Amino acid sequence: MIELRNLTVRYRHTVAIDDLSLDLPTGKIYGLLGRNGSGKTSLLSVLASFRKASAGTVTIDGVDPFEDAALMAQTYFGRDSLDANDGDRVARVLDFARWLRPSWDDDYAGRLLETFELSTRKRISALSRGQKSSLGVVLGLASRAPLTILDEVYLGMDAVARTTFYRELLADYLAQPRTIILSTHLIEEVAGLFERVIIIDRGRLVLHEDADELKARGVAVTGPADAVDAFVAGRTVLSEQRLGGVRQATLYGRLDESDSAQARAAGLTLGPVGIQDLFVHLTSGHPELEAQR
Amino acid sequence: MFDDHSPIYQQIAKGIKDDVLSGALKEDEQVMSTNQYAAFYQINPATAAKGFAQLVDEGVLYKKRGIGMFVSPDARAKLRSQRRERFFADVVEPMLAEARMIGVPVEEIISHLGGAK
Repeated sequence: MIELRNLTVRYRHTVAIDDLSLDLPTGKIYGLLGRNGSGKTSLLSVLASFRKASAGTVTIDGVDPFEDAALMAQTYFGRDSLDANDGDRVARVLDFARWLRPSWDDDYAGRLLETFELSTRKRISALSRGQKSSLGVVLGLASRAPLTILDEVYLGMDAVARTTFYRELLADYLAQPRTIILSTHLIEEVAGLFERVIIIDRGRLVLHEDADELKARGVAVTGPADAVDAFVAGRTVLSEQRLGGVRQATLYGRLDESDSAQARAAGLTLGPVGIQDLFVHLTSGHPELEAQR
Repeated sequence: MFDDHSPIYQQIAKGIKDDVLSGALKEDEQVMSTNQYAAFYQINPATAAKGFAQLVDEGVLYKKRGIGMFVSPDARAKLRSQRRERFFADVVEPMLAEARMIGVPVEEIISHLGGAK
């Protein structure tokens, strides 16, 4: 179990993470979602011990990971900036990873390099933005670290490379389950891989929820305006739009069987709302939701 | 791949039920593992596992420890009777509503059905 208690990260006058507490059972794939500047990277940096918290604690199975050599060898933190020297060749970066990480798998790294069409002889400075990101993914996956944190590592990767990344990530997770935390802005393309979703906004926790539960929370209700109005009264409406006499309202809150039956009887259509849409609604400022929290 | 109108795990559960009903999956036959489902549909294995758990709850599948999931001996009969109960509400009523809306008289439907075996 990874436990964050009353975590605060401050930069001079800015509070990046504000008294945040989280319990993360190990062995799951987490999606960490937040807008730009919401504190994702600060949170992950503390979790990976790249930075010390201003206040609060982080423990991994009860141990403070900061400056703990054993735990650090088991933690991989991949950032959009590839942490490697520009003048080094890919082979040297791999040597370094092999030396650092007891769980490193050389054969797997080789297969991934082939899949991403990366040459070990190239210098880092000669790689394109997308190739650097792909190399970051190779390092992250082949490290097989029990705690693998990938912070927006897809920068510049084209759709084919990203699809390969997601496929490899899932395949390797199925073969070797471990804790994987992915932060991403490309929510819809990876949402299916998440077991749990963490949403933060302005340094605070908005929610930490089972991904399927979260999906079930969002419902789009469409139908004649009057009928929609009557149905949504007293429920949490995240957004609405009209098209002539038709109204569509996005609701937050699971509907039970009788709610659904009532909606259908009133001639309303119920549809799903994706995690990305829910995320947009939940982090674009809704006074009534803030009040509920 | 998924119809988007219900959670993925329910769609997985429905797919397995359809296979049992059609006979594609035989009684006491082993079904694919949650990991195989996860890899095939590119979803988290916990999501696939929820579909399986639902089928175990409903008695469609049973678990053999350390081996996997199997189709219950009475699954097909049970599913058939469940689906039959809902057949008119789920299939016939929506068809009649559509027919009414576009002005297809019931007699025409009956004569059409008379031609079906």
